[in-house]
Amino acid sequence: MTGRPSFVEDVSKLPTHAFSYRSLTWWGIIGFMVIEGSAFVLTIAAYFFLMSHEKQWAPPPWEPPNPVAGTLFTAVMLLSEIPNSMIKKAAEAYDVAAVRRLLPWIVAIGVLLFVLRGFEFNSLNVKWYDNAYGSIIWALLLLHTTHIATDWVDSAVLWRLMRTPHGEEPRRLVDTDENALYWRFVWLSWLPIYFLIYWVPRMFR
Amino acid sequence: MNRRAAICVLLAAPLANCGGVQTALGGEGAEGANFVRLFTVFMIVCAAMYLIITVGLIVALRRRKSALTLDDRRHHETSPVLRPALAIWTALVVTGLAALTVASFLTDRSNAAVARDSRLTLTVTANQWWWDVEYHSPDASRTVHTANEIHLPVGVPAEVILKSNDVIHSLWIPNLAGKQDLIPGRVTDLQLVPRKAGQYRGQCAEFCGIQHSLMALDVTVESKADFQRWYQAQLQPAPPPAGSLEVAGYGYFTTRECSSCHNIGGTPASGQIAPDLTHFASRRSIAAGTLPMTQANVARWLADPQAQKPGNHMPNIGLSPDQVRALTAYLGTLK
Amino acid sequence: MTAAEKAKAPPIDVPRDGPELTGAELQRRLARTWDSPPGLIGWLSSVDHKDVGRRYIVTALLFLALAGALAIVMRLQLARPGNDMVGAARYNEIFTMHGTTMMFLFAVPVMQGMQIYLTPLMVGTRSTAFPRLNAFSYWTYLAGGCLLWVAFILNIGPDVGWFAYPPLSGPQYGIGKRADIWAQMVTFTEIAALAAAVSLVATILKQRAPGMTLARMPLFVWATLVTSLMVIFSMPSVALASGMLLSDRLVGTQFYNPVERGDALLWQHLFWFFGHPEVYIIFLPATGFISEIVATFARRSVVHYPIVVLSLVATGILAFGLWVHHMFATGLPRVGYSFYTAASIAVSVPTGLQIFCWIATLWEGRPRLEVPLLYVIGFIFTFVIGGLTGVMIAAVPLDLQLHDTYFIVAHFHYVLIGGAVFPLLGAITYWFPKLTGRMMSEGLGKVGFWMIFLGFQLAFFPMHIAGLNGMPRRVYTYPAGMGLELPNMLSSIGSLVVALAVLLFVVNMVKSVLVGKKADPNPWNAPTLEWATACPPPRYNFAHIPMIDSRTPLWDQGKRMPVVHGLRVEDRELLLTSVLAAEPDVREPSAEPSLWPFIATLAVTVMFVCSIFSPWAVLFGAVPVTIALIAWFWPKSPVPDPEPTIS
Repeated sequence: MTGRPSFVEDVSKLPTHAFSYRSLTWWGIIGFMVIEGSAFVLTIAAYFFLMSHEKQWAPPPWEPPNPVAGTLFTAVMLLSEIPNSMIKKAAEAYDVAAVRRLLPWIVAIGVLLFVLRGFEFNSLNVKWYDNAYGSIIWALLLLHTTHIATDWVDSAVLWRLMRTPHGEEPRRLVDTDENALYWRFVWLSWLPIYFLIYWVPRMFR
Repeated sequence: MNRRAAICVLLAAPLANCGGVQTALGGEGAEGANFVRLFTVFMIVCAAMYLIITVGLIVALRRRKSALTLDDRRHHETSPVLRPALAIWTALVVTGLAALTVASFLTDRSNAAVARDSRLTLTVTANQWWWDVEYHSPDASRTVHTANEIHLPVGVPAEVILKSNDVIHSLWIPNLAGKQDLIPGRVTDLQLVPRKAGQYRGQCAEFCGIQHSLMALDVTVESKADFQRWYQAQLQPAPPPAGSLEVAGYGYFTTRECSSCHNIGGTPASGQIAPDLTHFASRRSIAAGTLPMTQANVARWLADPQAQKPGNHMPNIGLSPDQVRALTAYLGTLK
Repeated sequence: MTAAEKAKAPPIDVPRDGPELTGAELQRRLARTWDSPPGLIGWLSSVDHKDVGRRYIVTALLFLALAGALAIVMRLQLARPGNDMVGAARYNEIFTMHGTTMMFLFAVPVMQGMQIYLTPLMVGTRSTAFPRLNAFSYWTYLAGGCLLWVAFILNIGPDVGWFAYPPLSGPQYGIGKRADIWAQMVTFTEIAALAAAVSLVATILKQRAPGMTLARMPLFVWATLVTSLMVIFSMPSVALASGMLLSDRLVGTQFYNPVERGDALLWQHLFWFFGHPEVYIIFLPATGFISEIVATFARRSVVHYPIVVLSLVATGILAFGLWVHHMFATGLPRVGYSFYTAASIAVSVPTGLQIFCWIATLWEGRPRLEVPLLYVIGFIFTFVIGGLTGVMIAAVPLDLQLHDTYFIVAHFHYVLIGGAVFPLLGAITYWFPKLTGRMMSEGLGKVGFWMIFLGFQLAFFPMHIAGLNGMPRRVYTYPAGMGLELPNMLSSIGSLVVALAVLLFVVNMVKSVLVGKKADPNPWNAPTLEWATACPPPRYNFAHIPMIDSRTPLWDQGKRMPVVHGLRVEDRELLLTSVLAAEPDVREPSAEPSLWPFIATLAVTVMFVCSIFSPWAVLFGAVPVTIALIAWFWPKSPVPDPEPTIS
């Protein structure tokens, strides 16, 4: 280094963890949310682009998807925000016991969501290879499914990790907080997709 | 004419090819002429900007009397003259670019207005690697169907409807106009208003597969009278063959592989998936500009199309030299 | 202790840097903490950003050489009309590989490599954020590059052009697996670029040295921030497009098939929405190089710093609104086209402002005409031509003649070589002492500069003429008698000169690494923080984290460098500061070396390569990937350390 150092500030008393935008990993999570969000926005743009070629959407003779499974899915997804918010608050309050109690709910809800998602794929009333309309709604549903899958695995791993002595680490509570944030992104991004798969194809027939 | 000469000089006469058959500097069509004019305007403004920047750079490098550097501990200060200089530079750039944008819009509007009342309509359908051409007429018996060539009467706005049967191609006849893509599943169009008679060349300008390089077409712009003569000739069916060689060729063509792909009007050969050959011998080139139209080249093509244009869709049938001679003779009668 | 108690507990008494622990003893202990394990394992598990950055740069230069060799083959074929040196099918593979390699495997990776190497050093921290993600990004890039080139060598390489338009690249006309390999290579490189971009954004926003407000950041760091954000917003588009292409080809979706209500233009919109920002992703880091070189060699800070920053940001944003200018010939409504003409012309205004600022800085300063500055001058003379031809083709009436001709080939080589490669060569010369500890030869450098500058003009200027004279792009031959012989011959000769010049540059690099003059920490007397540490820097970058109060810290500091102290010495630790004012905020552990990024890339490679052949590979291949990722993040010790570490 140039010259001798002149010591101006002692940083040893600074914390080794922080929540929200003070956390380095928060920025990483935001980065990935923006990436995936961009991918969704562009898929939605492709959806409207393909729709603009059609006089009717869903193009006859294909029927729009059956909304029962999708609506159930949406309801469960929205309800999952209740334990999710509780987990987030518990993490910020360093309440490890509460986190350990609540995380299994998210994991269980995730399993239910997968089952419902399976029914959704079955009720689309069109196959991905039938035409571009079929391809794009399958693409939207598949993209969101990978979204759920990765966050479900994240949550399951986090649950196991929190049950070890590492659960008592403040930084692991920051991880928990950020995982809850990501779960919100998962259902927020679902809402426009739900609308585009189940309701827009009914509005233009 | 003077303007074109000036441009040739501007662009270094040895390198430019004014007077060529496939050049954007030809300006022999309405849109082509607009291009030459607009390109000149842009060249002048852009050259001026380039000069300002490079002269500015040289002046900056040669300046000796600066004192606002690290050596004088004044490396954060700036001369007061730089603020107005920046303002002037910005104003210059914005004005110049705005002027160019306006020039572009005006030319665009001129091009759009140019062929609003087209009196000639044709459809060009692109295939890998040849052009199908069909002239429309309200009377169905007066449609002309040809391939790899276009004839246009001087001064008559022509509407060219563009389609594709396979991948994306692009029709570019630079002497007359800019290009338009031919996109499967869509219909695009191009307006041509030829202003000067002559023979020109067009070429595919969107990479379309192995023989994209050899997908050209011959464009003939002629007087209205000559065009009518050509059109009338195109409406005639092929003449029956005379001479033993030609009859043998005709016999082969109409009973063997050729007729499954090609059509010759007035004969049983009515394949639709390859170029129409009814007036094949009247064209200037073979296989979309691959070879000039001569008897020797026709024979060469028939003997082994794959050697002349590897990968194209006409298979090497394995004709014997006698068959090649006969077919060449017959095709030579299709004027 | 519960987490709540740990959160409030005072810091543990462990060795920390400061007045009691400084100088040679501190350096020895930091070196031990930040070192990589020895041998092959160490090489594969290193997460040092300097290793990752260097690997990116060397690999990218290798791909530059390979793609350049292909270019020479192309130019030899085109030297004469009707040449039969290379056949049609092979030529189409060659130009596809040339463009694909240059754009995906050289241009973006080399810029990201420079950014990964330089950013932590320039902002005064010890590592990038997410060091293992960075390492993973390099391995993934390498895997994608290998996929493409192994395929080419096995004669199943792509042949549909670097932007692979369907239906030509679709299932009906794109026979075999060539286009799938292309599309999957895109997936690899786009994941790599996104990972690096996220890491860089987090580093710049959270790890700057105390006192380095956004307004005091080096201009190269600003360029890196803008570029990385552009990567994040644009790369998903090409990932989506290539994913849809793979799915059309593999499982029969109909996205691009007009017969089943799809649209070939959907590809063009998605691709160019990425493709246009892509070229600015390549260009903006080069402007960062220019700013740093101009400041050092003019011996003063860049004039009108805020204007340069605003220009970078404006260019980055505007770049997203131009993509339709690649589609002017597709028959979309003319009214829409007018907007894109205006936007495409407007985007040159911020760049014009940057050019003013650089020239004004040279005017205001006392320029030293050494090799890095020569490349800056070469950049201005060359890039501006490309920028001006860009203004021309932004105009629809001009573009309809010039689109898809050799005029466009000339234009983009002028902006890419003039605008990115020349600054890159100057930057490599400039930062060579920092990366290797030795100076490059000034004499060889000057010869090389003039060769490449003049050779480039000879190679590419005649292409403008060829395009005007009717030569379309992507042709393996052209007819005689159209005025194309002379421009093509000149281009071919010029390309050989350029190839020799590049060879000379490489020789200079190799020779200098072996026997070049050893470098002081700051041989150019430059102002930015990377020059405050040794050449090459120790693994921990800085023994103490500096505190700064100006844009040119090394010029303003005086004899002593103010530093903060109190970071751990026996574990990897760095400092997080606040986003705007850069006040010290959190002590953050930094990741230790790990094999998991490499293993994760192996798993991802198996998944992606197999999915070229079967869609089930996505499902089954996801299992090893998931296992690798879990192992990556799972803490390696059964109980947490007293102060946090990342292993």
